[in-house]
Amino acid sequence: MGTYIYPTYAYRAPDDLRGAVVQRRPLVIVGAGPVGLAAAIDARLQGLEVLLFDEDDSVSSGSRAVCYAKRTLEILDRLGVGDTVVDQGVCWNVGRTFSREEEVYQFNLVPEAGYKRPGMINLQQYYLEEALVARALALGADLRWKYKVTGVLAQDTFARLTVETPDGPFELEADWLIVADGARSPIRQALGLEVEGRVFKDRFLIADVVMKADFPAERWFWFDPAFHPGQSVLLHKQRDNVWRIDFQLGWDADPLEEKKPERVLPRLQAMLGDERPFELEWISIYTFQCRRMKEFRHGRLLFVGDAAHQVSPFGARGANSGIQDADDLIWKLKLVLSGLAPERLLDTYNQDRTYAADENLLNSTRSTDFITPKSPMSKTFRDATLALAKHHAFARKLVNSGRLSVPSYLTQSSLNTPDLDDFEDDQVPGAPLCDAPVVGKGEAAWLLDYFGHGFQLLVFTDEAELPVALNAPLLAMAGWPVPVQLVQVCAAPVPAASEHAQAVLFDAQGLVAQRYDATTGTCYLIRPDQHVVARWRHFDEGLVQAALARATAQSLKENV
Amino acid sequence: MSLQLSPNFREPGKRYFRDFSAGDDFYEALLDMHQDLSDEQSALVNAKLILLLANHVGDISVLREAMNLAREAV
Repeated sequence: MGTYIYPTYAYRAPDDLRGAVVQRRPLVIVGAGPVGLAAAIDARLQGLEVLLFDEDDSVSSGSRAVCYAKRTLEILDRLGVGDTVVDQGVCWNVGRTFSREEEVYQFNLVPEAGYKRPGMINLQQYYLEEALVARALALGADLRWKYKVTGVLAQDTFARLTVETPDGPFELEADWLIVADGARSPIRQALGLEVEGRVFKDRFLIADVVMKADFPAERWFWFDPAFHPGQSVLLHKQRDNVWRIDFQLGWDADPLEEKKPERVLPRLQAMLGDERPFELEWISIYTFQCRRMKEFRHGRLLFVGDAAHQVSPFGARGANSGIQDADDLIWKLKLVLSGLAPERLLDTYNQDRTYAADENLLNSTRSTDFITPKSPMSKTFRDATLALAKHHAFARKLVNSGRLSVPSYLTQSSLNTPDLDDFEDDQVPGAPLCDAPVVGKGEAAWLLDYFGHGFQLLVFTDEAELPVALNAPLLAMAGWPVPVQLVQVCAAPVPAASEHAQAVLFDAQGLVAQRYDATTGTCYLIRPDQHVVARWRHFDEGLVQAALARATAQSLKENV
Repeated sequence: MSLQLSPNFREPGKRYFRDFSAGDDFYEALLDMHQDLSDEQSALVNAKLILLLANHVGDISVLREAMNLAREAV
């Protein structure tokens, strides 16, 4: 049974990694889940040598993380797997929430047009991992399967690992260690690092069902449906006619009993309400915690993804936020490894991503408190909200069936330079870059596809030709120690003949200028992970230099 | 003035980047208010809260409208 054939990745003996003297590598990643693999790909794109260890030799067992949000897809575009993943996934934007059988609330994740990627795609985690493995290998990452890290000794300037393989153990040193070994993180536990937060007393059943069904590609969520009274149910479409159905069971449910097909099948039959044939592909019972490590950086150890933070599944904030961790981390690591930024730049990984983790924890905790009320009064308010939501817009806004993963506005980041000029839009320092349609080299294109990997200055001009006075200083930025590449967005069409080293894009629909509240001469300094760090109404070389210094932690005090 | 039924939550000095955030801030504060109370205590706290808010609104025609809607289908 099953719609998916699991690949087996070849084990290679560690002959080249062991010897009389313990070897030292610049970067080792532990864990080949979506987050570890994203980090490996990004590190290769930054030209870093990557060694990745995973204790298994295949992809994720079961569909697990299913929903990948717009921001994650934009990061996957930068990593070179966006199309592969989106082409395989089920795109959706609309979510419907039902109270009993009545629809009370509906949301659209991307209510306006003009973005390359949809609000969300659903795709079984194994497909995502398979695509990421292929990409990492193509980029020359050294992936080692059946390598289990059993010990980590953290030193000031490196980590010493003990690694078990089918050919016995060996030791290896890493200048930097990215820990992506999941929610139970053996490395985190071995080092005795605490994770603080709340445990939720509830159990959920996931059933992945193969069936022919004509439900639309939407997220459907029921409070207290007749087919599963008193609890909630969530339905998602995946590829291969696989449907993810998530039943709330309550804390008293017996996880072993509830996993038995004779218990699961009647629940599904009640829900589907007809005799349609279906097959069970995967069943899992889960509980969850909302918690995070106090610090994501411990000297040379950098914790990412579930190893660093865990949230409730309502909102798909697990894998999505983990991939954003890698997105935030790798460019900083590259600058530090190249000697272009001080080591304290990596403290801002901790700063930015603990901030994001807290926002994810806040939102997923609030969703959980709405979905699974903890007291009779909470339930009364929940039911009152659902009742009012049928008729009143304000109450619909309060219905919380999961606030879906969106990127954080890193407004508190010490890498940002506060605004001096007035802007009306949401692209504040710290904001994730907003996509928009453009015309590049005469073809329809997307703004975000021109950003990533290094610092860039987005400059708004009237014409393709740069103003004479600005031409030299703008192009000179590419020669700075930390280079800044120019991306020019013009209000007027770009003549085919105009030859430029830099990207010159035509804002044909005016949406870039609108979304960035741009006037002629407006500049945005963009981080390598597509976040705004500074912006001005006019270019000033000195201000850009100062902002870049700040964005690379050159001008920060010793303690961030 | 008639009863405001569109989303209306906000907090001075706070900037929101997501349309659900202000309402969720309120809802969390509401549940926090009831933290560790017995059912009886919660009912009393709710009653006091209604009286405080009713005085703040002041306009009894608006309050009647709200009371009618609250009572509907109960």
